[in-house]
Amino acid sequence: MNIPVYLDNNATTPMDPRVLEAMLPYFVEKFGNAASRNHPFGWVAEEAVDYAREQVAKLIGASEKEIIFTSGATESDNLAIKGVFEMYKEKGNHIITTVTEHKAVLDACKHVEKLGGKVTYLGVKEDGLVDLAELEAAMTPDTILVSIMYGNNEIGVIQPIREIAAIAHKHGALMMTDAVQAVGKIPVDVNADGIDLLALSAHKIYGPKGVGALYVRRKGPRVKVTAQMDGGGHERGMRSGTLNVPGIVGLGKACELCMQEMESEAKRLSALRDKLQAALTVLEESYVNGNQEHRLPHVANISFKYVEGEGLMMAMKDLAVSSGSACTSASLEPSYVLKSLGLSDDLAHSSIRFGLGRFTTEEEVDYAVEVTKKSVTHLRELSPLWEMFKEGIDLDSIEWAEH
Amino acid sequence: MAYSDKVIDHYTNPRNVGTLDKASHKVGTGLVGAPECGDVMRLQIQVDDNNVITDAKFKTFGCGSAIASSSLATEWLKGKSIDDAMKIDNMDIVEELALPPVKIHCSVLAEDAIKAAINDYRVKNGMEPIASEKVHH
Repeated sequence: MNIPVYLDNNATTPMDPRVLEAMLPYFVEKFGNAASRNHPFGWVAEEAVDYAREQVAKLIGASEKEIIFTSGATESDNLAIKGVFEMYKEKGNHIITTVTEHKAVLDACKHVEKLGGKVTYLGVKEDGLVDLAELEAAMTPDTILVSIMYGNNEIGVIQPIREIAAIAHKHGALMMTDAVQAVGKIPVDVNADGIDLLALSAHKIYGPKGVGALYVRRKGPRVKVTAQMDGGGHERGMRSGTLNVPGIVGLGKACELCMQEMESEAKRLSALRDKLQAALTVLEESYVNGNQEHRLPHVANISFKYVEGEGLMMAMKDLAVSSGSACTSASLEPSYVLKSLGLSDDLAHSSIRFGLGRFTTEEEVDYAVEVTKKSVTHLRELSPLWEMFKEGIDLDSIEWAEH
Repeated sequence: MAYSDKVIDHYTNPRNVGTLDKASHKVGTGLVGAPECGDVMRLQIQVDDNNVITDAKFKTFGCGSAIASSSLATEWLKGKSIDDAMKIDNMDIVEELALPPVKIHCSVLAEDAIKAAINDYRVKNGMEPIASEKVHH
């Protein structure tokens, strides 16, 4: 077992050595530009890109012509949202999304608002899921796009994408989903699910950083997005820029491996995750955040009340996890995702996200349980709030001096 | 973010963790911060008849820097008169622990806790509380 133990696989994943192996020839030996149509160097690169396009398409049930390669999911989200707004603004100017989306979606929507668009940010229920009746009620004749993430990056809840897409389509809107956390982890099928645009990233599925893709539906309906970068008109005119051939080869290989191993991996990881969660919720005053039935197999987000998340992570220095505590970011606000579930600030401050991955072993999970339990117990001994709780003092009855 | 060695030392081996009898008239208690903000410090001092602090204890809910700041504060308090203790400045804590700018609020909280504990003791023993006029850094 390697120390520190990495349990932050929702932030990024280590690259699978098989992915690296697939990429290696495309740096030095096969360095061609996939857009060079007149010599073998270009042809070899183009062939590799085409193959990767098939591998990516297959994983999400798409056709290879529907895959646009990008620099990652942030770019894919931006291209989808801004690109749809620009392309369809004659039809309508309204977009619907949720408050628990990734910042790439939220900030792209804010940009659209600056351009005169209207955006509805739906709240979520206590378990993190979208209220379908609320979505239905928010649809207007001007709604051109519904953008709702597939699986949440902080709490792992899986949104009812099929039902959401059906509502969007009923009202003539397109369905976009940021599926970064879901693709390769659970079955995603753009046709069965009714998805028109989908963002994915390589580095969350054991591929390299700096490469991702946007799925853009070509049939029923044929969807178009306005390019957000001017240049050589690559990727069917939707995304200019010389293709990152080694990265794309890596993304393709990563998708192929997920396709082969997803089913068994999901079973293995959910068993490990359940074991971790069961062992940690034995601790008094610990709470699992988000819906536990509709959840990605590899994530558990747990709040340990009366202990502050950053302090806890410092105690667990041999464990790489992340926290919804304010102190982990530059802002002093705790996680907006956890707060949108209706969690009080103190519980949001006390949360830890455990993200398991392909290389996580049972031994590591056992170690994580041991370290977490020890650290929570230790910090509670230091916590005045824990002492008050144990004395039966109602913390809400105290007038705290907010600072 | 990397922590300084001194923060890690105080965090790993916190000095003077514990609870004094807050009902005793010889004990001053300061409870500052708020759970919603992610920091709560409770600092207590035991004072002898010459107004010298003979013991200090803390408990803190917060990040590593908050725990280290309160641990350091209890070390500095022991043996000081309450008048000298009142002079401890948050920037002394920042300097000693090499706190980065985003963690300065932890030192401010520690200074507030010291002053709150001293004032609690003063009021209990028939002295006027000392108003803090200082503008924090």
